[in-house]
Amino acid sequence: MSLKSKLHELKLKYQGKKMAPAFNAFHTFLFSPDETTHAGGTHVKSADDLKRTMNTVIMALVPVLIFSMFNAGYQHYSAINGFPADFSLMNDFLTWDNFWIGIIKVLPLVVVSYAVGLIVEFIFAVIKGHEVEEGYLVTGMLVPLIVPVDTPLWMLSVAVVFGVVIGKEVFGGTGMNILNPALTIRAFLFFAYPTWMSGDKVWVYGARERSEEILAGANVDAISGETILGYLAQNKGAEMTYSVSDMFFGFIPGSVGETSAFLILLGGLFLIFTKIASWRIMVSAVIGSLVMGLIFNQVVDFGWVGESSKFYGLMSFDFWKHLIVGGLAFGIVYMATDPVTGSQTNKGKWYYGFFIGFISVMIRVFNPAYPEGVFLAILLMNVFAPTIDHYVVRGNIKRRMNRLKNATIYPKDSDGKAEELKAETV
Amino acid sequence: MSKDIRIKKGLNINLVGAAEQTTSKAVLSNVYAIQLSDFHGITPKMMVKQGAEVKVGEPLFYNKNMENMLFVSPVSGELIEIERGDRRRILTLKILADKTQEPFSGTALDVEKASKEELKAVLLKSGCWPFIKQRPYDVVANPDTTPKSIFISGYSSGPLQADLDYVLQGKEKELQTAISALGKLTPGKVHVSVGSSKSPLSSMNGVELHNVSGPHPSGLVGTQINKLDPINKGELVWTVTPQDLIIIGEYLLTGKFNAERTIALAGSSVKAPKYYTTKIGAEISTFLYASGVNEENFRVINGDVLTGSKSKPDGYLGYYNNTVTVIPEGDDYELFGWNKPVFNKISATRALTFSWMQPNKKYDLDTNTNGEHRAFVVTGQYEKVFPMDIFPMQLLKACMVKDLDEMEQLGLYEVAPEDFSLTEFICISKQPHQKIIREGLDLLQKEIG
Repeated sequence: MSLKSKLHELKLKYQGKKMAPAFNAFHTFLFSPDETTHAGGTHVKSADDLKRTMNTVIMALVPVLIFSMFNAGYQHYSAINGFPADFSLMNDFLTWDNFWIGIIKVLPLVVVSYAVGLIVEFIFAVIKGHEVEEGYLVTGMLVPLIVPVDTPLWMLSVAVVFGVVIGKEVFGGTGMNILNPALTIRAFLFFAYPTWMSGDKVWVYGARERSEEILAGANVDAISGETILGYLAQNKGAEMTYSVSDMFFGFIPGSVGETSAFLILLGGLFLIFTKIASWRIMVSAVIGSLVMGLIFNQVVDFGWVGESSKFYGLMSFDFWKHLIVGGLAFGIVYMATDPVTGSQTNKGKWYYGFFIGFISVMIRVFNPAYPEGVFLAILLMNVFAPTIDHYVVRGNIKRRMNRLKNATIYPKDSDGKAEELKAETV
Repeated sequence: MSKDIRIKKGLNINLVGAAEQTTSKAVLSNVYAIQLSDFHGITPKMMVKQGAEVKVGEPLFYNKNMENMLFVSPVSGELIEIERGDRRRILTLKILADKTQEPFSGTALDVEKASKEELKAVLLKSGCWPFIKQRPYDVVANPDTTPKSIFISGYSSGPLQADLDYVLQGKEKELQTAISALGKLTPGKVHVSVGSSKSPLSSMNGVELHNVSGPHPSGLVGTQINKLDPINKGELVWTVTPQDLIIIGEYLLTGKFNAERTIALAGSSVKAPKYYTTKIGAEISTFLYASGVNEENFRVINGDVLTGSKSKPDGYLGYYNNTVTVIPEGDDYELFGWNKPVFNKISATRALTFSWMQPNKKYDLDTNTNGEHRAFVVTGQYEKVFPMDIFPMQLLKACMVKDLDEMEQLGLYEVAPEDFSLTEFICISKQPHQKIIREGLDLLQKEIG
């Protein structure tokens, strides 16, 4: 008996039972279902479904994940041994040593994120008796990519439970949530465990242990794992040794998956090409961040902010470089484009995206304690997205109401039921 | 001045099995059936008893809420069965046809001289009235009302639909008579749209002629109304399909109700897809097996694959249909169907689906849903195939939460379920759009009227 028919029998056996959603989740993972169209609707359907859609986003994230695994090791060894003088991609970056660090530090984050999140999803599906929805497939991949590499796994688990339950399930599950669940998890981590989420000791594996060793009296050099934004926020831009190409290709410290603007750009192009993510949001967010960056650059050019100002470092940072450092690019491509929490109208998407870019850079510059504003900006705009849509939809309604003034309505005929026409009942 | 309609947003669903342009006469059907599900919102009141003999065009029942609106028999014979469902609701009336086919008494009408009232009375009495549908609500028109305009779409853009240019050939006289009659029922215009100048409808007098081009749903009358003369709250627009105009026209010319119709039998499961002349209510098997069926497991659809209703091989031709489609059932699993590249199905995205590379390729789609029902997640997809100035997803959601104000404001008056067939086809969440809209329309009609 084939696997297919065996599973079909099991499905019939579990039908209507409590654990059916859990079984179906695995079954539909293996086989797309044998469901046919209902009477009263279209008899054929397009090839796309939510699993395929989510899978496309995951495919766009895989290169970022693989890069981040190498980068975790590269940053670790570079922090201990110093950056290689003649950087070669094959010899210094794509090495087994680097990848091994990725396996022991990054992969567990992915596994824990998926395991914890999916368990919560399965529990809710079984309790509420609906199918396991695919939303977490993407969230589960995003979460490990937006946290510092040294995030303890228990901390991640707590945050994931919080994010999935409070961020999504209480609203009714996938498709109903107001805030992006991955960013809710990130925000929870940031506000609950700030010392693990910012500073110069969390971005590189080993930095925290090394500093503890030093405190304990060990005679070793401290590791600095400061991010570029961290340097700039402290007006120490001059100490930075990263080139623009380092920033663009991502050989810099930062949250696990955010560093390579290059691969994020490729992922974004892939998502636009496959028509899965909104190009409107991406383009307008880029424009928004460039505009804000330009404004700050101008402020510095006019001399309104001097070098002694605590904002000088970030304000004088070339406006376009904002896009290749920190989490801005990652947020724009993978987070802002979440269709559930973003603006739903095409026109609204332009405003929504623009303000994400604009506010991200603004928070970045004005918040020296934590110079990463993109997740706060996206969460803020998540909240405002329905308002934006409301006004866009009002525009359509207003057009319709204006048309109504010229409506041609004829009165009803006098009841029209002449006696001789009346039918006879049996 | 005629205004042409060019649609850019939309999607052509090219399927295998288009009907070849040859027409055969279908074998005479023994039993004909009127299916009440074709008349949405009509409560029938029987006028003849089971076992009674009826003639061609003799009234079978009337509309309980509109006593002068009669529904007639397409053939003469014996009313052998009144099939009832829950709470004795009438589902189907079956008539065993006799050999002689005697016509019921009726009189021709000189349309040019007739008054509006005379015309209405004749159409109601003859059983031709139910061919006139109204928007809003997509139901049989209320004869007590006056529409602001009447729309006739002579262009079929939907998948495997009967080519109207072909089936209307040689019926110019009937069409013109019916159109002149309709012109008397409205102080406004009669809008006729055609896909090409070959259409017999392009030579009609007393109409506003429009050329339609662009992908499906350019041929849907709802799209054309929205582009030319959108419906506002309180306004009425009537629509008639061209094949029904022929029946109306013939009655006005001859005084006889002739239910004959040329239909397309199409779909990938049909061995020799082509056109048949048959009658409303005929058994589908009378022509289905003449063309032959390719496979064991197939679905017969009364209508096209987007808007038709599911039927059985021994089912009956619907009252308004000019297309019968037969496609394979898709009740099978597919290993990793959700992530492997797809070459043999149509998709509105490019997520490892490759239909965008071959826009003119013809596909052999089955009835598989290609995924499970989910909440609305993806946005901006429907807008790409929805040419009306309406927010489709917002309107669907308003219908789902039964928010009457929103439904009204977002344009529910302008749409019929069929206008949402294309968005339903591409829907990633596999939501039943047409059902949602139908329920919304029913609610709105009940609450506002």
